[in-house]
Amino acid sequence: MPSLVSHPDEVKVVSRRFGMGAAEIDKYIELDGYKAVQQAIANGPAWIIDTMKASGLRGRGGAGFPTGMKWSFVPKTSEKPKYVLVNGDESEPGTCKDHVIFLHDPHAVIEGTMIAGLAIGSKMGFIYLRGEYRYLLKIVEKAVADAYAKGFLGKNIFGSGVDFDIITQTGAGAYEVGEESALMESLEGKRGVPRIKPPFPAVVGLYGGPTVINNAETIANAPHILLMGGEAYAKLGSERNGGTRLFGISGHVERPGVYELPMGYSLRKAIYEVAGGIKDGKKLKAVVPGGSSCPVLTADEIDVGLDFDQMGKAGTMLGSGGIVVLDESVSIVEFALRVISFYQHESCGWCIPCREGTDWIKKTLTRVYNGGGSKKDVDNVQYLAENMMGRTFCPLGDAAAMPTLGFVKKFRKEFEDYIEGHKAGTPIITVEQLVGAGH
Amino acid sequence: MSTVANTIFSPELAARFDHLVTIYPLRRSALIPMLLYAQDEVGYISEAVVSEIAQRIGILELDVRNVLSYYSMLRTKPAGKYNVQVCTNISCMLRGGYEILDHCKHKLGIGHKGVTPDGVFSLEEVECIGACCWAPAMQVNYDFHDDLTPGKVDVLFQMYRDGQGKDVK
Amino acid sequence: MADVTFIVDGKQITAPAGTLLIEACKTAGIEIPAFCYYPGLSLQAACRMCVVRIEKMPKLQTACTTPVAEGMVVATETPEIAQARKATLQLLLGNHPLDCPVCDAGGECELQDMTFKYGAADSFYAEPKNHREEQKWSPVVYFDRPRCILCYRCVRMCGEGMDVFALGIQNRGSSAVIAPNVPAQLSPDDLAHVDCEQCGMCIDACPVGALTSGTYRYKTRPWEMNHVATVCTHCGDGCKTTLGVRSTSDGSEIVRGDNRDKSGINGDFLCNKGRYAFDFANHEDRITQPLVRQLNGELKPVSWEVALDLVGKKFRELRDTRGGNSIGVLGGNRLTNEEAYLLQKFTRTVLGTNNIDHHRTADYVAFAQALAGQKDRTASLRDTLTAKAILLVGGDPTVQAPATAWNLRTNVRLNRAKLYIANSAEIKLRRQAKAFLHLAPFGYGALAGYLGGDDTIATSAAPDATALASFREAVKAEEDLLILIGSELRGAELKKLIAFGLTIPGAKFALISDYANSRGAADMGLLPDMLPGYQAVGRASDLATEYAAPSAPGLDLLQMFDAAGKGELSALYVVNSNPVAKYGVDAAALKDTFVVVQDMFLTETAALADVILPAANLYEKAGSVTNSYGDLQQVKKAGDRAGVRTDFEMIVRIADKMGANMRALVPFGKGLRADMGQTRGAQSGEADRHAVWLTAQNLEPRLSPFEQLAILDEVQRLVPGYNILRLQLLSGNDQHLEPAVAELVQIGVQTARRDLVQPAADSLFTSGTLGRYSTMLSDLQHNESLRPSSLLTQIQTAAD
Repeated sequence: MPSLVSHPDEVKVVSRRFGMGAAEIDKYIELDGYKAVQQAIANGPAWIIDTMKASGLRGRGGAGFPTGMKWSFVPKTSEKPKYVLVNGDESEPGTCKDHVIFLHDPHAVIEGTMIAGLAIGSKMGFIYLRGEYRYLLKIVEKAVADAYAKGFLGKNIFGSGVDFDIITQTGAGAYEVGEESALMESLEGKRGVPRIKPPFPAVVGLYGGPTVINNAETIANAPHILLMGGEAYAKLGSERNGGTRLFGISGHVERPGVYELPMGYSLRKAIYEVAGGIKDGKKLKAVVPGGSSCPVLTADEIDVGLDFDQMGKAGTMLGSGGIVVLDESVSIVEFALRVISFYQHESCGWCIPCREGTDWIKKTLTRVYNGGGSKKDVDNVQYLAENMMGRTFCPLGDAAAMPTLGFVKKFRKEFEDYIEGHKAGTPIITVEQLVGAGH
Repeated sequence: MSTVANTIFSPELAARFDHLVTIYPLRRSALIPMLLYAQDEVGYISEAVVSEIAQRIGILELDVRNVLSYYSMLRTKPAGKYNVQVCTNISCMLRGGYEILDHCKHKLGIGHKGVTPDGVFSLEEVECIGACCWAPAMQVNYDFHDDLTPGKVDVLFQMYRDGQGKDVK
Repeated sequence: MADVTFIVDGKQITAPAGTLLIEACKTAGIEIPAFCYYPGLSLQAACRMCVVRIEKMPKLQTACTTPVAEGMVVATETPEIAQARKATLQLLLGNHPLDCPVCDAGGECELQDMTFKYGAADSFYAEPKNHREEQKWSPVVYFDRPRCILCYRCVRMCGEGMDVFALGIQNRGSSAVIAPNVPAQLSPDDLAHVDCEQCGMCIDACPVGALTSGTYRYKTRPWEMNHVATVCTHCGDGCKTTLGVRSTSDGSEIVRGDNRDKSGINGDFLCNKGRYAFDFANHEDRITQPLVRQLNGELKPVSWEVALDLVGKKFRELRDTRGGNSIGVLGGNRLTNEEAYLLQKFTRTVLGTNNIDHHRTADYVAFAQALAGQKDRTASLRDTLTAKAILLVGGDPTVQAPATAWNLRTNVRLNRAKLYIANSAEIKLRRQAKAFLHLAPFGYGALAGYLGGDDTIATSAAPDATALASFREAVKAEEDLLILIGSELRGAELKKLIAFGLTIPGAKFALISDYANSRGAADMGLLPDMLPGYQAVGRASDLATEYAAPSAPGLDLLQMFDAAGKGELSALYVVNSNPVAKYGVDAAALKDTFVVVQDMFLTETAALADVILPAANLYEKAGSVTNSYGDLQQVKKAGDRAGVRTDFEMIVRIADKMGANMRALVPFGKGLRADMGQTRGAQSGEADRHAVWLTAQNLEPRLSPFEQLAILDEVQRLVPGYNILRLQLLSGNDQHLEPAVAELVQIGVQTARRDLVQPAADSLFTSGTLGRYSTMLSDLQHNESLRPSSLLTQIQTAAD
């Protein structure tokens, strides 16, 4: 079981029940559980949405879309049923925050789902977990069953006259399904290929009905926000970036772990203070600040606040909050290859630029890594990545191109030196992996 | 036709599937969970599994194959009794994921997607499993093992050999 | 929807709101390239070739998914867009095999064209390419995986268009692949196969050479062929098929059939027969010399002169000694209208008898009679694509008339047309039906009566009384209903159904028959009791006056063989028909009859002949045919074979040898309008350059008596309903004709006619006697027999 960490700078909102046994429903209730949903019932959908808007909460999956606004886009009336969909397909490398939410506080996700349902007038919610999280699915399934047993879910919840059901669902191994419309496809029993947008999910989503889809962390925040008030939550964070966020700090740090820090918190402090600094006293080389799809920051670029806007200004992204720290020993060539290999493996193959681009870059970097590269290869990789950007069917193409561009632009000299110095290297990617990618 | 006369699954799983197809607004939503649970019981997605699941949901076998070939956790060949999945993605890689993978290969004498001759273990290098802050990590039959070292791996393998491993299917 | 106005490349365009930008641009003459987009199929936005710049949008947008909006400002060709397309092409070409010099698609490949246009020729791909062996999915469908660019057109064509769902997408990322429905591990030969209708639409839709045709692959280069758009010889839909023709030492050989000319009545569609089953022309059993039976019973090759002389003399002698009524004539369903017309004219005016018939596959006489005096009540094949509501009674278009089925499916899918089906079998089209009424066996007549209000026969119509009642209610509530009728309904039953249909405002009708010119054969009077245009024998008409033909009806097909058995038939002249096989005629019945057969092969009928004249097939002649619906189309000469002659020419020559007045039989010479087009060769249909030259030199243009167009004027003048627009015909367009039998309204007075309809009962892979000589159809039948039939039937449940 993942160990819990703690630091004085943490501001615990969504993580406040972690380690307190709140997966048990009675404990959850004791810790103010299922109070927010009753407030929501009492105050009605407009109040819920206003409170969420006031909180400044922005989507924790990575795109950072304001949650209250998203909920307000759902049409009031609809011929087809409306749905709430919780995205627990946490798959962005460097990210394991939803993991701890499902583990320690599954009822917060359930309660948040109910609140979202009340806000948009939905009677059914789905909690989709990635297939690898089987043990967490069991925890969530038990929590759902307990909530049904208490009468919190099902018919006439809390005497409101409203019915609400929750179905849990497992994935089966596909990063792409983290994309909202691909997740809907997957939930409908299909290949996890994204849908054409528009129409957006708020209008035509799951089973063709208006759908709100939120990241698990976003949803888990909802009960806390309703209880503490939107403004109070907003004040915890920085301008236009309300509240706190779970940051998973991994890689070469002394105390890796998932920490809840206020939005806008210094990246440097997060690494050097919260996570205890670079492991074994080595020097920092680079940081991938928000999951593997975010452009890398060099050691000189970490004086930046951890919120959507400041990170954007710094030329990277807050992403999913997975901060991966690289010390001086890391070969950027190897690292870049590992990143693109992931996206090559996970590309759904639907559109040409992503399918062919990830494959081509992976093959080229593999050859470079193995000592067969030339400086022209660096140009080619950059050209390919530049021509994937903004041209693909869904954001996965950008997610593969952005970090690649970051590596070759910021560490170009390292690539060139590597190519000079390696006429034959030790392959980490075998030929079998390279050409045998086909199932 | 949620029930199937000559099911290839255990009575428990068949009953579970009978129920599963009824809970969604569209029965096809049961497809991916069914494939995964069937694999847990049968060991892999055999042709018989494809056929019965197609029948249970009421879709073409081709549809089932289209879907199953998309998801990396689903396999069409048998794995070992304990399927060892080592993450080598960035967070694990930085903390020795490849050393763990190499150690597993050496210890088990098999490569990526290999199965030991006795059928006890199979090995897979996998993408990020969501244990980045506790890296390096691996999963054995869905059970997570964190903060690995080669020594811890040896202990784990022995534990599984001794039948002490947790199975969270 | 209301129109919106927007600007594309500086040009103001107006289109209905909701139109896709790519389509609106196409209409305005601005072509936006796309691989995955295919009109009428679901949208993919996968290939990223159609990207355009729309003002106020942050990224390039795909024109194939963007509906036009008021005030939108679009640029479709800028350096930015060109670079995006070029890069996409470079990415595609990275792993694409550059085997264009041997690829079937080379020269007509969309990827080649785009590469040429956007200059993505400089390759910097330095990695190993993923090679995979070519796969044979069926005798007609081959898959070359590395060439596939994953546009998914084939998958959609098969699923959405054909409702077969034999192709899927498997794996993901760069391993993603189009996969057929019989995987290698389930196949006896450990190779993947496709269990489907083998229509080849996937090949047609493929923008590159990934899917290739078993009949054509590696045979020639596209630019080495001439392309002749003509009409398929197989079913009654009369699809336009484009035949690729190449010169050989003894004529010209058809090497490919496809649907590259999508202007035809069939739009995008062509089935396996139109696409592959042209190979009978090259069958090794083809007869290419006249054969005459010797005293010892053997057939001996003779010269044309000898054979024609013999036939002419013998016919003349038998007519003069035993009377014209001792001679019988049987025509075919794959003759041109001109040939059929000429054959009956020859029979009635030269032989002097009404003893003429053909293998009838639907009761067009009853159809015409039931609609006598009505206007605008017959439907064109084109109507099946646009009608708001369709009632299909009997028939199984999926098998018998695949283009009809395609149109109905498309109409339901794209226009939400309401399809009502009544059938005693669970035909595949029921999956598109709003209501499917399962009829009792032979319940068609009862249904016709029940629809007309006779509730007493409900139980004979359908076992489910509730379904029957609601079916009638729903059908009666429709307007502008298109009523498609299968050949199960004949005579009085057919008339009853049509009478019911006539009570529905705007209802139109069509009767489905089985071969390329089954309708034409009936229209042209290959009937013992009907002159051309369904004018009853014995009644006064221009035709009857002009022919001075016998006024009593002649012998029908069965009566002729009865007469032969009694020794009363002196001669039988069979033109392009195989009645002996179809009607199980006893060979002995013909032992005292002089039998002349015009055919391509030694069929069961030809085997009994005294003289066999080697005939050209429908792909080797020019003329016109009329499909089941009454749509007239031009047939052009594509193939050619030394030694054979058209049926038209042979009839004329026989008449000549009999000493007939040729000017009366074929009004050749300077025609009134017949000189508007050339009928021979690949240029047929174009202006007759020879005639133009002759006119310019003040010389008289002449038509040979063997030119089929020589008789078209007469057809137009004398056959009611065949008021042909000549230019429309010669331009290769279809035109809808309605039978015009105003004088035949007194249905009650009609004596009951014998029901001689014998549906062909062809499967997807058979086509009467002709089909037996198509190697590809034989291969497909064999292929079909290898697999369990279960896979296709499974689909029943897939639609929900």
